[in-house]
Amino acid sequence: MSNLLESYAEVAGTDIVDQLRQLAAPLRGMKVVHVNSTRVGGGVAEILHKLVPLMCELGLNTRWEVITGERDFYQCTKAFHNGLQGHRTVIPEHLLRAYQETNARTAERLRPVLEEADMVFIHDPQPAPLLGLCPNRKGTWVWRCHIDASHPDRHVWRYLRRFLTDYDASVFSLASFAQALPHPEYLIPPSIDPLSDKNLELSREEIAAVQQQFGLDPQRPMILQVSRFDRFKDPLGVIEAFRLARKFVPGLQLVLAGGTASDDPEGEAVHLEAQNAANHDRDIHLLLLAPDAHRIINALQRCADVVLQKSLREGFGLTVTEAMWKGKPVIGGDTGGIRLQVINYHTGFLVNTPEGAALRIRYLLQRPERGQEMGEKARQFVRENFLLTRQLREYLTMLLALRSGITDRIELS
Amino acid sequence: MAHAPTAPLTPFAIKDCALIALATGDKVQTLKELRDHLKTVPGSSLYYHFWGGLLHPGFEEREYGNDLGEWAKHALHDATLAERLAAIDPSGFANPEDMRQALLDVVEQRLEEDSANPWTPVDRQFQFIRSQIVVFDTGRTVEQPEQLAEVIAGLSPGSVFYHFIDARQRLPRGEDDFRAWLSAWGQRYTGLAQGLAAIDPYFISLSELREQLAALFANSHRSSTHV
Repeated sequence: MSNLLESYAEVAGTDIVDQLRQLAAPLRGMKVVHVNSTRVGGGVAEILHKLVPLMCELGLNTRWEVITGERDFYQCTKAFHNGLQGHRTVIPEHLLRAYQETNARTAERLRPVLEEADMVFIHDPQPAPLLGLCPNRKGTWVWRCHIDASHPDRHVWRYLRRFLTDYDASVFSLASFAQALPHPEYLIPPSIDPLSDKNLELSREEIAAVQQQFGLDPQRPMILQVSRFDRFKDPLGVIEAFRLARKFVPGLQLVLAGGTASDDPEGEAVHLEAQNAANHDRDIHLLLLAPDAHRIINALQRCADVVLQKSLREGFGLTVTEAMWKGKPVIGGDTGGIRLQVINYHTGFLVNTPEGAALRIRYLLQRPERGQEMGEKARQFVRENFLLTRQLREYLTMLLALRSGITDRIELS
Repeated sequence: MAHAPTAPLTPFAIKDCALIALATGDKVQTLKELRDHLKTVPGSSLYYHFWGGLLHPGFEEREYGNDLGEWAKHALHDATLAERLAAIDPSGFANPEDMRQALLDVVEQRLEEDSANPWTPVDRQFQFIRSQIVVFDTGRTVEQPEQLAEVIAGLSPGSVFYHFIDARQRLPRGEDDFRAWLSAWGQRYTGLAQGLAAIDPYFISLSELREQLAALFANSHRSSTHV
């Protein structure tokens, strides 16, 4: 077994890695190309950094290409992203022109590779028009949507849909995120990488150093929410829940840790609102972290007693998955993908109000043995369902299914 | 002393499987809509919501044993309907159409009892999902039932699913692959087959199911070697 596969076998189990090898056997030598819009930053690039070498080690001839453009292209695709997530969006004509021109230029560069490939994965809307620009394509093309497109801006969706209808299949993270398209729509939930900086095991010393860096008292209980400063993540509700719970748990500390908000005017406003709500309370720590502060977030999650994700609206909620992987019970907003992961009294609690969150914080801090039990269950649940190896298994299964047609049952000889 | 097998038999070929889910686009928000969509959704969707979910990301303890029962209780808040849907055993039907009819009967009956046509909020819709299953040979075989005691503990969840759950809709009598294979050995493994029949797989995870199977085979092997 190769080094990378071996590393995953240690964390995810040898049976899943054996399965990957067996599923990949009939696909050996297949030419696979992934195309997305960046090699650095963001969840898609993070996954591809591991997925591509793993597919190569399994014998698939896999490469990763990137579409790059100028400012107008990125403004346009950012607007697509917002539009797919439900924001009302009007995109000026010159940005749409930049989008199509960038794809045309990229097609000139990548056409030989894409037309020769047996399987092409196009990730998100940025490179979606490439299919129409490769008329001699011989392989199967799949559009992978990583975005919660459950309630898209209808103008944006109508515009993008024209580039998507000719794909052979698409992939959405959840059934509720899928939009009607005239081809099979596969459902592959996202996953976390157990070997990334955000999720790997850390030494006690490293965790203690992070506690010290941010002035956290390891002798007192600490609750944590990791999320952007965004109203849908309800940071003010978390602060209110903290204050309600602290009446019963003197010494309680709260950490709200989020990304830097310098490029997001609304983020800055929400951060300011949170600062005002915190009102210089020494036990409320609002942390603005750099985008690559993965090990710090990892350490904070590991030293928290309880992790919250009190979102009012949420896509899948990978921060929930990350906390569960670290054996923490999670108090989550009763919405979106959080419902798939947080089950009352098993892996944490679903709540609808700050009062509900406070009640559950008190319960978990008063009954640490129950919290620990839930945390262990949560970790096992993630191990079985939400690690990268599972996502790769589903990609391989989909490749086999697409190769075999649309039958419900495929028996490999 | 253990008895020798009654006859030479075909080895037990260990297979594995992986399931992939697909959206059908069918979403329901009321009991009437559920009835209407149950008439038309593909059979692979019924398979997924009763069986396939066990092999797909989801919490291991399904209170009502299938996705429709869960939705009836937790989204429609209709415990009566949930309990009746939970009572439907998918392995008890000769084909998916018989099962579809049984489901329709339960929903129709509930609609007749309660004319209010309960509904759910948009974010609690029931989304019909269908599935494709890929089955592959692991290349491993077992010659004697006693060997299964050692092998089962190391099976993947996919193998457990294929041989113990998926088999129920593949085999004519709705039994699992282990029982089907053991029955060819005459009466010798009747006790073990009865033990297998007594395991209810709908409320435990596949890894817990694997543990139960491994313990059952190990106990059976131990007692037969001490006869």
